[in-house]
Amino acid sequence: MALLEVSNLTMHYTTRAGDVMAVDSVDFSLERGRALGLVGESGCGKTSIAMTVLKLLPKNARILEGQIRFDGVDLVPLSEDQMRKYRWNHISMVFQAAMNSLNPVYTVGDQILEAIQHHMSMKERVARQRIADLYSLVGLDPDVMDQYPHEYSGGMKQRAVIAMALSCDPSIIIADEPTTALDVIVQDRILKQIDKIREELNMGMIYISHDIAVIAEVSDRIGVMYAGKMVEFADTHTIFKSPVHPYTYALMSTFPSVKGDKRELVELPGEPPNLIEPPLGCRFHPRCPRATAVCQEQDPVFTEVVHEHFCACWNQRS
Amino acid sequence: MAQEFKAQPMWKVRARLAARNLRANWGMFAHSKLGPVGLFLIVFFLLFGLVHPLYLVYRGNDKIYDPVVGFAYDLLPEGNPHPPTLSHPLGTDILGRDILGQLMHSTAKAFMLGLIAAGFGVLISTLVGSIAAYFGGFIDSVFMRLADVVMLFPLIAFLVALSAAIEITLFKLAIILAILMGFGGTTIILKSQALTVKVKPFIEAARVSGGGHFRIILSHIIPNVLPLSFLYMMFGVTTAIFSEAILSYLGFLNVRMSLGIMIYTANDSGYLIGSRLGTYWYLWLPPGLIISLLCAGFYFVGRGLDEVVNPRLRER
Amino acid sequence: MNNTTVEVVDLKKLFPMVGGLFSRKVRYIHAVEDLSFKIQEGETLGLVGESGCGKTTTGKLLVKLIPPTGGHIYFDGSDVATIEGGVLLREYRRKVQMIFQDPYESMNPRKTVYDIIAEPLVVQKVGNIVERETMVVEMLSRVGIVPPDTFMFRYPHELSGGQRQRVAIARAMVINPSFLVADEPMSMLDVSVRTGVMKLMLQLRKEFNLAVLYITHDLAVARYMCDRLAVMYLGRMVELGETEEVLQSPLHPYTRALISAIPIPDPTFTREAIPIKGGVSKPVDPHPRCRFYDRCPVATDGCEKLEHPPLEDKGSGHYIACYEV
Repeated sequence: MALLEVSNLTMHYTTRAGDVMAVDSVDFSLERGRALGLVGESGCGKTSIAMTVLKLLPKNARILEGQIRFDGVDLVPLSEDQMRKYRWNHISMVFQAAMNSLNPVYTVGDQILEAIQHHMSMKERVARQRIADLYSLVGLDPDVMDQYPHEYSGGMKQRAVIAMALSCDPSIIIADEPTTALDVIVQDRILKQIDKIREELNMGMIYISHDIAVIAEVSDRIGVMYAGKMVEFADTHTIFKSPVHPYTYALMSTFPSVKGDKRELVELPGEPPNLIEPPLGCRFHPRCPRATAVCQEQDPVFTEVVHEHFCACWNQRS
Repeated sequence: MAQEFKAQPMWKVRARLAARNLRANWGMFAHSKLGPVGLFLIVFFLLFGLVHPLYLVYRGNDKIYDPVVGFAYDLLPEGNPHPPTLSHPLGTDILGRDILGQLMHSTAKAFMLGLIAAGFGVLISTLVGSIAAYFGGFIDSVFMRLADVVMLFPLIAFLVALSAAIEITLFKLAIILAILMGFGGTTIILKSQALTVKVKPFIEAARVSGGGHFRIILSHIIPNVLPLSFLYMMFGVTTAIFSEAILSYLGFLNVRMSLGIMIYTANDSGYLIGSRLGTYWYLWLPPGLIISLLCAGFYFVGRGLDEVVNPRLRER
Repeated sequence: MNNTTVEVVDLKKLFPMVGGLFSRKVRYIHAVEDLSFKIQEGETLGLVGESGCGKTTTGKLLVKLIPPTGGHIYFDGSDVATIEGGVLLREYRRKVQMIFQDPYESMNPRKTVYDIIAEPLVVQKVGNIVERETMVVEMLSRVGIVPPDTFMFRYPHELSGGQRQRVAIARAMVINPSFLVADEPMSMLDVSVRTGVMKLMLQLRKEFNLAVLYITHDLAVARYMCDRLAVMYLGRMVELGETEEVLQSPLHPYTRALISAIPIPDPTFTREAIPIKGGVSKPVDPHPRCRFYDRCPVATDGCEKLEHPPLEDKGSGHYIACYEV
């Protein structure tokens, strides 16, 4: 049984301008010890999905439908008190730009200590030992535990934040744009470190990024998001070598690479849609080169194309 | 190559854009519940003050209704001050002058004082703040030290001393308040706002386009500071009206008629002591109420502008 | 043979560091040092490197947003490095423009699209009001914002990211410059939108025969936009050459490590990252020796004792600054 199984998840939030359909009928699963990549552009809903799985939603948000099965237990109907037992202890998250959200007036060690003591009862001395162990795990010198955030470099801060997410021994970590603010060489090192940790602790990982290259290198399976919907889901090799959804294909063709042939870049007209009034039918149809009449009227269903390869399109490529 | 373009006169376009902005801002303003209440109060009292000449006409331009010199010692059998009657809806004061007329006249004067003092004051602080933020360095230090001095200024002591030397009229008070507000604390606030604008990339873009110092200050920085300036102008009016009330009450101003003077007159003649407070309510309650409500009105409008001025406060 | 539009010789920029409470000695950040390069008419030179390498500072020096500490900037024959203001600066601004990284923050939120694009024309006193309107309309069409009258009087927050950056390009080009500095113009745009803007820039470059300095940390984008690449490290240029040559056969140890660390969007490609220790820091009062010395995998004792290596031609216009290669 998969460690995490999300089915038909739908979440919207109400704003003064209208209802934003941030996540619409999303399905995916994650096995223990594997890495899932969620890729898409700004506003596609990838961060919203993460916040929904952890049920860290603002007051004006609501889960309309769907199930989030963690180890068999559906998290959707759980109350806030019940949910707290799962957060951090079983599923934890490295938020986007978390490294910039460290409190400058406390030492980093103290902040991790606070996170630990908030979620489990542990004596301070024991907790500090745990933090030292975590530091070694993420590649930091345990001595720097008692330094302040401004004394850390960008890479060090990111490692510290990852240590914080690991502190209560979760079985799943969600990493939202973990390396976006970092330089290329530091990014490479951190991604390798995260991968090593995943193997060592046999954890499930969900990577969220707009950077297809990063997702290609760290994920076993990839879910491509567009305008709140998952349009394709398959293993990494398939997504890159034989994508069937026109958006996935366009995304691959539009992404430059330093290696390989210098291909002609394909332009994708238009912009990602407004989620308050998404286009009728398939949300991608205004920009899709393969759109036909049915695409304008009916929203395609997420179906299995071949084994473990899912897609939502009326005119998918073969 | 360019498409067929229907040119419209620029002023029409700008007017249309201004109207659209106004509508959007009004939406936010109306959404805050305090704002419209405050606006209602201001408009009400503005009309109240403006209606004074009509009131005098209504009373047949009779000299006894003059708010300053309408003495009428013998007219009423019970003497002055006299509680409300039909001919004097809010009674008369100790010198036999019609209180209702006094209120209208004084309210109009309070508006003028407030708007002149706060208006010029905020004009000065916007300019000074923007210039200090833009140039930094020596100019900035000079104005900030000046602001420190002004803020520490003992206003009452200064005015006491000044009142011995010159006669402080309402107009002179307005100017003094404008200068103090202009170079004082508000300048520091508006300067920080100007600083947040100055470091934005579009200021660099304006420089690269070829803009000189004053173009950038006038065309780019100040328009982005103005919403906040307007907000502080509302608070400035409150300060001005309230200051006048207190100073008149303490007798430091050389003013013949104002809201503060009405209370001063009543107090000076001993009608505000003990049980007389209740009997002679019409001497102090109307002006006191108007001072409070007028200040509240401007303050509420200021609060209502919070969302308009600060986009981050807007609800999602 | 094209003309040289801009030539930079030994450009240097030092920033004083604010000292501590008790320190008397002033320390300097050597943000840019001994920088020299040429850009021809119609050519795009990419300035690449990680954060803190000095590329953004170089861009600002070339647009004269900040004054250089030393060196020369030759534009159209004369040295503009020491110009501070007045007529000369205004003339320079007529021919040299910039595109900024953040499409939203680089525009005054209270001004309409028309005002934003017309600003250089107004400030440089080009044309009367009717002529300016025509020029703005034409420019909007050229950058793909159509129909122009619909967009002319919108505000920046009513446009999408890609549209804003096109407006920024229109603003830079409306005055017909001959040299453009682009500071990370794509980094804040969505991937699917980037391609369109990239193609627009390439097209305009051809139409206007522009010389472009393209600053970026994204080597994949640089591959498409630039004819030559200059790699910077801690304020100095360490490699310079034709784009494909630098990317496929990098010679300098830093460039090789940098390129080997870039993720590749191809799961069948095995990437061998060259490990180097340490991280990038600020070049504060640096040693006169090679700035890459403490991280370099092929550094020798000779590298420690000698001064920073000069740029040398290793053949066919491929320059590197290294003693060991």
